[in-house]
Amino acid sequence: MTKVSMTVNGKSVSGEVEGRTLLVNFLRNDLRLTGTHVGCDTSQCGACVVHVNGEAVKACTMFAAEADGAEVSTIEGAANPDGSLNAIQQAFQDHHGLQCGFCTPGMVMSAAALLKENPKPSEHEIRSYLQGNICRCTGYHNIIKAIMAASGQDVEQIAAE
Amino acid sequence: MYNFDLVRPTSIDEAVKALGEEDAQPLAGGQTLIPTLKQRLAMPTKLVSLTGIADIKGVCKTDDGQLAIGGGTTHGTVAKEAMADFPGLANLAANVGDPAVRNRGTIGGSLANNDPSACYPAAALGTGATIKTNKREIAADDYFQGMFATALEEAEIITEVRFPIPEKSNYQKFEQQASRFALVGVFVAKYADGVRVAVTGASNEGVFRWSEAESALSSNFSAEAIDSLSAPDGSNMISDLHGSGDYRAHIVKVMTKRAVAAAS
Ligand SMILES: Cc1cc2nc3c(=O)[nH]c(=O)nc-3n(C[C@H](O)[C@H](O)[C@H](O)COP(=O)(O)OP(=O)(O)OC[C@H]3O[C@@H](n4cnc5c(N)ncnc54)[C@H](O)[C@@H]3O)c2cc1C
Ligand code: FES
Ligand code: FES
Repeated sequence: MTKVSMTVNGKSVSGEVEGRTLLVNFLRNDLRLTGTHVGCDTSQCGACVVHVNGEAVKACTMFAAEADGAEVSTIEGAANPDGSLNAIQQAFQDHHGLQCGFCTPGMVMSAAALLKENPKPSEHEIRSYLQGNICRCTGYHNIIKAIMAASGQDVEQIAAE
Repeated sequence: MYNFDLVRPTSIDEAVKALGEEDAQPLAGGQTLIPTLKQRLAMPTKLVSLTGIADIKGVCKTDDGQLAIGGGTTHGTVAKEAMADFPGLANLAANVGDPAVRNRGTIGGSLANNDPSACYPAAALGTGATIKTNKREIAADDYFQGMFATALEEAEIITEVRFPIPEKSNYQKFEQQASRFALVGVFVAKYADGVRVAVTGASNEGVFRWSEAESALSSNFSAEAIDSLSAPDGSNMISDLHGSGDYRAHIVKVMTKRAVAAAS
């Protein structure tokens, strides 16, 4: 076991991990931050996306020890300081960007990473950015709409399919 | 996943020393290795992480017109930082996997792994790149030795890859729809003294150069120059549920034409 320390959603945390402990398991099992989901555990679905030093990564495909000293943010840290939903979360609610909600934490974290890089993405750019985030419910259309809306763009331009 | 020790050295020397132990293995972005460990297809006792070694990260242009990329540089960084000097390579990197994979996965990891459907091997072979390790320099033509096989020895670390910057280049990937790896990928690079064409995803022997296309394009760099060629032999190409060998051979020709047409 080795000791790791990192900042998670602005708070310093530390714990003992094995070499093989995945970041997602450290977050969920040790820190009890269960908002980050494990959908596939094979790097395909993106339900586990968190930010490490500001970049989106799949927490099921990174060892906790590799995040030693890093700044990590998860869905639990996404809301506004007063507890209200942030613009992306609110847009997911307003545009029915979720059904069962299992993929949603990863979708919201990926969307946040996209909008940081590209504040006004086109529909095509959103779809291509979300290649690694799989949703089994919504058919993606409302997710795309929500991200368009969260970036302050007109969602009417996305044709109903 | 079986357990192992994970160490994070900050220099190449320390990493090489740690790799000297029996059953130690390098870990870069983990985008290939971690899934492999989960399936218990690899059982290292020690993983030596290369992510803390600043010396093997970054992209820079050398005085002799090559693009030098540190072995630990992520696909995401290559996509951004190679764009001005070598757009063909930057666009290849920008289409590996998805953004989260590109934020972790590295060029060194991809070349060390040499997956028969990976993208970077096509760029390295298609430009005649030099793979630099902690021990030596290896020409791309000698480096790739078949599916998942390379000239790397035990405990040898890819520290840098040097690409001669082409006048024009392009990579076309025909995606396997589920994995988005290359069902067939073709890298075309035009230099003052000739054209190189490297094909990934297709052959049972891994990445290869399509020499007929190279000579045709060296005398006439246009998509039409490919028309008169017959597709490469499909009999030794990968045949699986995604496509037969002959289908892949056909796609090689189509992707080569598209790459020439799109080269910039
Ligand atoms: C969902 C998904 C989609 C993907 N899509 C694509 C795609 O479209 N095209 C594509 O090309 N790839 C794709 N990949 C693979 C990806 O590019 C990996 O990042 C890459 O193959 C391995 O790089 P890594 O840094 O993650 O290496 P790791 O997984 O850490 O290591 C891979 C192997 O290389 C060795 N190694 C690592 N670094 C070095 C080094 N510097 N020197 C010597 N040995 C080293 C390791 O010991 C290990 O054996 C995809 C992966 C995933 C998960
Ligand atoms: S759980 Fe990490 S990608 Fe699916
Ligand atoms: S809302 Fe159910 S998987 Fe996306």
